[in-house]
Amino acid sequence: MLNRTAETVARATPEPLARKVRGISDKGLAWLFISPTILLLLAINIFPLFWAIYLSFTNYRANRPNEVVKNLGFANYQRILGDRDVWIAMQTTAHFVFWTILLQTLIGFTLAWLIDRKFRGHAFWTTLILVPMMLSPAVVGNFWRFLYEPQIGLFSYVIAFVSGIPPTSIQMLSNVSLAPWSIIIVDTWMWTPYVMLICLAGLRSIPEYIYEAAEVDRASNWRQFWSITLPIALPFIMLAVLFRGIENFKMFDMVNLLTGGGPGSTTEVASITLKRQAFESWRTGYSSAFAIILFVAVFGLANIYVKALNKVKQR
Amino acid sequence: MSLTTAHSVVAPSAGSKRIAGAIIIAYALISIVPLLWIFATSFKTPPDSIAYPPKIVFQPSIEGYCNLFTTRTRQTPEYINSLGPATGFCDETVRKRNMVIAGPSNFLPRFVNSLVIAFGSTFCAVFLGTLSAYGFSRFKVPLADDLLFFILSTRFMPPIAVAIPIYLMYRELGLSDTALGMILLYTAVNVSLAVWLLKGFIDEIPREYEEAAMIDGYTRLQAFWRTVLPQATTGIAATAIFCLIFAWNEYAFAALLTSGTAQTAPPFIPTIIGEGGQDWPAVAAGTTIFLVPILVFTILLRKQLLRGITFGAVRK
Repeated sequence: MLNRTAETVARATPEPLARKVRGISDKGLAWLFISPTILLLLAINIFPLFWAIYLSFTNYRANRPNEVVKNLGFANYQRILGDRDVWIAMQTTAHFVFWTILLQTLIGFTLAWLIDRKFRGHAFWTTLILVPMMLSPAVVGNFWRFLYEPQIGLFSYVIAFVSGIPPTSIQMLSNVSLAPWSIIIVDTWMWTPYVMLICLAGLRSIPEYIYEAAEVDRASNWRQFWSITLPIALPFIMLAVLFRGIENFKMFDMVNLLTGGGPGSTTEVASITLKRQAFESWRTGYSSAFAIILFVAVFGLANIYVKALNKVKQR
Repeated sequence: MSLTTAHSVVAPSAGSKRIAGAIIIAYALISIVPLLWIFATSFKTPPDSIAYPPKIVFQPSIEGYCNLFTTRTRQTPEYINSLGPATGFCDETVRKRNMVIAGPSNFLPRFVNSLVIAFGSTFCAVFLGTLSAYGFSRFKVPLADDLLFFILSTRFMPPIAVAIPIYLMYRELGLSDTALGMILLYTAVNVSLAVWLLKGFIDEIPREYEEAAMIDGYTRLQAFWRTVLPQATTGIAATAIFCLIFAWNEYAFAALLTSGTAQTAPPFIPTIIGEGGQDWPAVAAGTTIFLVPILVFTILLRKQLLRGITFGAVRK
């Protein structure tokens, strides 16, 4: 008995317990533990994805299920890549991703850097700052529509009060050049805390002795910031940019509720185009092709980015 | 790496601390104003809510909450006088506007849908996620890294893109606009987060606990049940709250795949219309009620927050 126990422990240590337990091998158990998740994902994610790939080669319309489905080959893909509106939507999306990430990273990092100073009561104020990112983007977007109302909204009132511009001319949601910014402002308000939190983790990961050494070398504060703080925090900042980038590439809820893509199509991001094509024009095949292109784009960009991130981490 | 341990030896001077504190407090106060405004609006009357300049001091009223939970019809003062004394607070408030309560509104059923779908999907996601996380953490799974990346990658898909085939699939299976369909969908979306987070938590529990239990004669399953699960409770609870918050806040799938019986609160609240446009006090009331659970969870979760929002990629 003692021998067997010793043997078990010995076997258990590096490659734990590769033995049979009451009839079920560890391999079987592993499969038992993992398969429900994999099966669910196959049913709800992979099967629909393949269905979408199939549909993307057809002229299927979901509102006319009885029509004969024709195979179009790559015609949908060709049309999308040649469609001016699609390119405009992609540009609009890129514009949003660029500005939201730039603003959120700058403000978020600055906030984290300030909080890192541990002033009195910082824990409370940090928690308060985190609240906006926990809310539902849809509910928040809808309410910001109220704040943006030119005649009655708090936002236009404050801007009018500060700048002296009459509130009726602060048409955040219906002015062609302001509408994109109305969304960028809400997104930045909502998600800056997210970037801040990740940056804060980065700053807190810097070991004290590095600064001590820098002090001994009489490095200036500025020098310490550029050669210690920023490089060590960089992988964290990049991680925040990755997550925000993926999310904002898919941005739908806030845009749909704030402007619905308008005025005209000035705020029509890719997700809104996709929704219009799929659920308003019912061009299911065409929109499936667009969806696949978007998915490949996110996937590809994310992969390239993760490689860059790993390089930075290894430095 | 904790959010609360001090690190800097280059101790910031008291002055710079004070400036930093002032900026942070100013930012926090400004960023919280929209939420306070929602809260204040929920206690305004419809005319007060659209007054210009915006009213900061106002006579509080529960009309917004009455409008949220009831449907009302306009009546003549004579008819209202003939009804006899008002029953209850809401009735009285609504009658002041020459209206009577016609019946309950759709808000409560939508709110209940949100509860059922959010809790249902959270339970399933955490259940499946715990099993898988344990599997990935303790067994040699072939292609484990690829499978884990596959699980994560299901989050890259824009919701609208998956919504098309899921819409068709649900139509075939009779799952459109059902709570079950939404629970399955949110479970699938959340399980990726659950597996990644829980794997991190379970990895941190020493294997020796199970090994000791198994030497005592427990089977692998019993060891999992009696030693790993109790140790992982905090992690499981944190994961559950993250899943709950996601399912609670989700809008895109809910807006595209539900229209009536299974609709949740996020797509419903923006549709609350009063006389002559959006009934902002009612919308604000709905928003306030909807936000309260999230605020509670934020405070409970603040220590785990970082892990949750980064899929555990950044440990705390």
